[in-house]
Amino acid sequence: MSQNMHVEEVRWHGRGGQGAVLGASILGSAAALYEGRYATSFPSFGAERRGAPVQAFTRIADRAIRTRSQIYHPTKVIVLDDTLFGVVDITAGIPAGASVLVNTSKSVPELSLPASIKVVTLDASAIAREIIGVAIVNTTMLGALAGATALVSLDAVKRAIADALPEKVAKRNIAAAEAAYEKVR
Amino acid sequence: MSTRTPARKYITANEAVACAARLARVEVIAAYPITPQTTIVEKLASFIARGEMDADFIKVESEHSALTACMGARMAGVRAFTSTSSQGLEYMHEMLAYVSGGRYPLVLVNVCRSVALPWSIWGDQQDAIQQRDTGWIQIFTETGQEAMDMVLQAYRIAEDHRILLPVMICLDGFIQSHTEELVEIPDQESVDSFLPPYDPVVTLDVDNPHTISMGGFGKHYAAWRREQQAAAEKAGEVIVEVGDEFARVFGRHYGGLIEPYRCEGAEAVILLMGALTGTAREVVDEMRADGQAVGLIKVRAFRPFPVQSLRQALSLVKAAAVLDRDCSWGYGGALATDLKAALYSLPNPPAMLNFIGGLGGADVSPEQMKYMLDKALAAKKGAPSSMEFIDL
Repeated sequence: MSQNMHVEEVRWHGRGGQGAVLGASILGSAAALYEGRYATSFPSFGAERRGAPVQAFTRIADRAIRTRSQIYHPTKVIVLDDTLFGVVDITAGIPAGASVLVNTSKSVPELSLPASIKVVTLDASAIAREIIGVAIVNTTMLGALAGATALVSLDAVKRAIADALPEKVAKRNIAAAEAAYEKVR
Repeated sequence: MSTRTPARKYITANEAVACAARLARVEVIAAYPITPQTTIVEKLASFIARGEMDADFIKVESEHSALTACMGARMAGVRAFTSTSSQGLEYMHEMLAYVSGGRYPLVLVNVCRSVALPWSIWGDQQDAIQQRDTGWIQIFTETGQEAMDMVLQAYRIAEDHRILLPVMICLDGFIQSHTEELVEIPDQESVDSFLPPYDPVVTLDVDNPHTISMGGFGKHYAAWRREQQAAAEKAGEVIVEVGDEFARVFGRHYGGLIEPYRCEGAEAVILLMGALTGTAREVVDEMRADGQAVGLIKVRAFRPFPVQSLRQALSLVKAAAVLDRDCSWGYGGALATDLKAALYSLPNPPAMLNFIGGLGGADVSPEQMKYMLDKALAAKKGAPSSMEFIDL
């Protein structure tokens, strides 16, 4: 029965070109291919432009996911760019107890999110710039997600990154994911 | 069943369909490679470029030409494939009837999307529905796996010498085409055993000339069309046969022309086609858990229309909620109106509630599905049929 099945629903916020769609995809493949779970992932179906706000989504559950509707009440939210605060409603539909993971150099209180939400912050841009060489933070944030929540393991994330990217690039992205994992653990 | 372990991939339905075309050993692909094309042909082009597929990719200047080139390949006795979407399918319209009238067993994948105007590139089923009367077999699919499996089955159905009609496999734009999920990719040897090489009845051959794409007048024209109608009706049986055979080889069965889900003792059922069936399954499960007598019927074959299966499945039901992501303007949703015709003369038919929804990419939520089923539960037998736009 569907009400007995716990579905984790993840909403990714980013700007076009930051890798939100690929991040949602890598998360889904990590859970589905390397943790024996089921997943679906999809971009927000809107026009995509570099720099414009975009969303992407991942669902993860212990049995096949049948629903095709949009995600309205995400249990996890990943924000790749803190300039989106005030531009889009990061907290839209978030139930109490949900987790929000933000790439920012600000402190948690500075983000002024409701107290009912668990907030984890890290400067993923700094990590990505240092290790990958560019501030594309999707894989770094996946490492942080593995460190801050029980949603997915670091090992599965690393394997899914290795599938998604060319070998050399994958190595640096995996190293960034590991660094973020250690940082938030 | 095959003893080999299939590869499991986390891919979109578009990619799954491309894998199916490769496994079907398609030799000619013709496509117009810009909007509104899909990533299906992009993937196929990359398979060919990497040497993973032995096929000719013909880049043409329009969808009209794409279908014409595929028809030419079929005349030469070659297995061909194309895919399109929305305005692209509309532009193929003239050639769709040419291909079916010529009895060329082509397979086309349509990623269902809305048509202009208003300009919208998002999902609904208006494009495919507008091709209903072009003589193609039309099958709607729910998941990436089913889309892939049905492309393999489509060649068997189309090329069956009792049928020789083209097949359009439909998948829903975005919620299916661009959604990644787990898909099992069968191995080539199993597919080869299920799908033998194309065995054409007539081919272009200078040493053995035939008249093809012939003219026909009056009685001769009608006689040819009557045979086409007979083949289209026969396709219902062949779709079931091929589905059963597919299940024996690959272990997956989709239920033939329709798939009733939890319809035992149901007072109200929801009927729909395509990927939204998945959402409806969740809603039916929840309502059943609350003790409500509801079920769903997934309509898989739209042409041939499964008249007998639907009459049987709906004979005891009090009310049917029909979700159409399309409309025949001035009448109603295509599934609902065809269903009404199919149930004509049924003693005591169910009340019919037609919901037009999910147009232009509008999301259809579980709450909306529940709303439709609640209304159907409250409807009385013999009530006049109704129509309602749910996106507004």
